[in-house]
Amino acid sequence: MYTEQVMDHFTNPRNVGEIEKADGVGEVGNMKCGDIMRIYLKVNDNEVIEDIKFRTFGCAAAIATSSMITEMVKGKTITEAMKITNKQVAAELGGLPAPKMHCSNLAADALKKAIENYQGNNNQVNNKIEETGNNCNRDCNNCSY
Amino acid sequence: MRKVYLDHAATTPLNEEVLNEMLPYLKEHFGNPSSIHSFGREARRAVEESRERVAAALGASAEEIIFTSGATEANNLAIRGIARAQQKKGNHIITSAVEHHAVYDTCAALQKEGFDVTFLPVDEYGMVSVDAVAAAITDKTILVTIMLANNEVGTIMPIAEIGQLCREHDIIFHTDAVQAIGNIPVNVKDLNVDLLSLTAHKFYGPKGVGALYLRKGTRLNVYHYGGAQERKLRPGTENVPGIVGLGKAIELAVKDLEAKTNRIKVLRDRLQEGLLAIEHTKLNGHPQQRLPGNLNVSILFVEGESLILSLDLKGIAVSSGSACTSGSLDPSHVLMAMGLDHQTAHGSLRFTLGVNNTEEEIDYVLEVLPDIVTRLRSMSPVYKGSNK
Ligand SMILES: Cc1ncc(COP(=O)(O)O)c(C=O)c1O
Repeated sequence: MYTEQVMDHFTNPRNVGEIEKADGVGEVGNMKCGDIMRIYLKVNDNEVIEDIKFRTFGCAAAIATSSMITEMVKGKTITEAMKITNKQVAAELGGLPAPKMHCSNLAADALKKAIENYQGNNNQVNNKIEETGNNCNRDCNNCSY
Repeated sequence: MRKVYLDHAATTPLNEEVLNEMLPYLKEHFGNPSSIHSFGREARRAVEESRERVAAALGASAEEIIFTSGATEANNLAIRGIARAQQKKGNHIITSAVEHHAVYDTCAALQKEGFDVTFLPVDEYGMVSVDAVAAAITDKTILVTIMLANNEVGTIMPIAEIGQLCREHDIIFHTDAVQAIGNIPVNVKDLNVDLLSLTAHKFYGPKGVGALYLRKGTRLNVYHYGGAQERKLRPGTENVPGIVGLGKAIELAVKDLEAKTNRIKVLRDRLQEGLLAIEHTKLNGHPQQRLPGNLNVSILFVEGESLILSLDLKGIAVSSGSACTSGSLDPSHVLMAMGLDHQTAHGSLRFTLGVNNTEEEIDYVLEVLPDIVTRLRSMSPVYKGSNK
């Protein structure tokens, strides 16, 4: 069900870890939906992403998309990085199974939050709760496999 | 690569003896059991012999067995058929919060159609209490349907006691016995049930064939129309090879039951001990009242699908109640009904052992799993490190 690229990033994820004194940190997802991604950025004076690391709780798609985005944006400016979409991340991985496209494909959102966090110069992890109630309300009711 | 199959609650491999009994009915004995010529008679004889075998295994009589395409159909037929047949008497149905979807969703559908359905809560071990059933019964209750053993956590329900209670109140009682056959003794008289569902592929039989036990005198409304097969309750040309396979499989499943399951239980306990020795793990399901081959554990700070895939890369096949594997993002309704928090539910792993598993296989799992857990935890934003 997963492509070779997904399995490669799942088994050998790039840039796992944390950056101490990161310039920006962004987190998306929550435990209700079963995935949490946190991205750490080190940005230099030219607004180039010098270093990026992630920690992810989640399925293989969540881990692989996190890993892939770190490779995609390392060395890019934050303006370039901001333009990356979840869809592009999935495409770089050779695609994701249909249900995972909506459910576990959040890495670009995590990156955006980290950049926004950097721009706001606020080193707090943005822990916005996106779900209400006891269920995961993310739109992936069409998951069927 | 080495392959270790530990997902017997999902399905089991076809037994060789079962296959050999089926083969002639896929080849030369291809007749339609409803035909009166020799081809038909040969097929009819095989179907009726299989019916005798299923009945014998359950302590029932042959005319109480209806062949179906599996437990999903048997559950639908039982629940819908009783609800419709009894609706003059009342409109209340009692079931549990941990049923398989084939029961749960059928009850939920009836609820939409106007029936009043009580989904009984369970305790932390996934157990339904007899007292809770008693408390839920009203003078409108027409059907109670509670599974014999849970497919995710293996908890064995007090079915004989619930059946007794239903008899006292003159309420029809159905049980989904899918996971129990071949794992614990299943006798319809001892269990005080009026209807019981089973499916062959969970006990080394073929897929797509099952049966409903319908106690003599229990009236069922039909909801499929067609020919006169299975007393019109399940019309359609019989799956002859499948039915033959079911008969042989259940005969073998109940043979030497205790010796077989004791052996499996020893292996299961070995696996359990090894797994729970890993830090931050938790047993799900009842510690004692549990199927001998079932082991459901939560591995905290990691997600079930990534565990399954990592084990799969080592040739080990297991399953999980994690959302990623269920088709929605919500974790298993069974684990949630047991009161697990989301993280614990998302990190669940289900190992279900079968007759062919060996001690070496269990030791292989225990050898590779700790490294997988360590690796995934090292990636996890919620893991705060070892206590050691
Ligand atoms: C408890 C229970 N009931 C019903 C079923 C449905 O069986 P089948 O898919 O063979 O119809 C299963 C199998 O997954 C089960 O575990």
